[in-house]
Amino acid sequence: MKRRIRKPRKTPAVSTASLPDIIFILLFFFMVVAVIKNQDLLVEVQLPVASELEEIKRSETVNHIYIGYPKISSTKSKLSGPKIQLNDAFAEVDEIGQFVRANPDNALTMLKVDEAATMGLITEVKTALRKANRLKLNYAALQGMKN
Amino acid sequence: MNIKKRGNAPSINASSMADVAFLLLIFFLVVTTIDVDKGITVKLPPWCEGPDCVTEAPNSQILSIKVNAANQLLVKGTEIEIGALKERTKQYLLEKEKKSIISLQNDRATNYDTYLAVYNELKAAYNEVWEQEAFKQYGEAYERLGTDQKREIRKIYPQVISEAESSDFSFVPAS
Repeated sequence: MKRRIRKPRKTPAVSTASLPDIIFILLFFFMVVAVIKNQDLLVEVQLPVASELEEIKRSETVNHIYIGYPKISSTKSKLSGPKIQLNDAFAEVDEIGQFVRANPDNALTMLKVDEAATMGLITEVKTALRKANRLKLNYAALQGMKN
Repeated sequence: MNIKKRGNAPSINASSMADVAFLLLIFFLVVTTIDVDKGITVKLPPWCEGPDCVTEAPNSQILSIKVNAANQLLVKGTEIEIGALKERTKQYLLEKEKKSIISLQNDRATNYDTYLAVYNELKAAYNEVWEQEAFKQYGEAYERLGTDQKREIRKIYPQVISEAESSDFSFVPAS
């Protein structure tokens, strides 16, 4: 008997024609999702670590207040203590009221404070927020366990 | 004259489209920060001037916590390590239930790091007490309860953390 030996069939090449489309979809996804940070921090902010954190909803209006030591490192700036940054400039405590009033009453204030800062300035900021009736406050922190 | 026949317009080679898209994709991948901001949420008391906004509570009821400039803790007059604060607070909450009031005082020179660590411990104590109560009453984790059930539990152990205005104080144990 004669047997026919089958030739091994070549597997057909996968069509890559749709690859650009897939990549484009991914690209659009990331373009939409991307939040390009355009804020320059003038102060050094190393967030503290805490475990009982809550996420902030994307829908919420948030005022960001940064507190830390100025980045331009000189012993003089270290001695003068932590500074407040609102938007793109240094600010004093009495400018905070005006700053937070730009957003509605139920806006959340996010305090991004350097862990080395002292409470004196933060207490003043808190008082200013209370006077401006912006009572929802969030201390930004990194998730983790303190040891 | 010779009129040239127009051929089909040459098609653009699109094989490099994928590469271009890839480059853009990688750029956005690198630039994107998807992580959301997280932090400890606090509700500040409304600003109020005058003597009638101060609510007095008997000293014996309050769990007073003081943090001094050297970041040391004083709970009801006894010095305590921060690691022991959560247990101490839980014990207090379970004992006092509805009547619990925590007073937190800090010095102007207290480190923010320490302050937040203390606040974190207090929050953790509340969370654990609520968790216990949720299991006792409903047999479920606190997170999975409905809003009404959560409110019931918060009624038993209300979160009252009062932060004193005075920010300059000497480390004198309260009686």
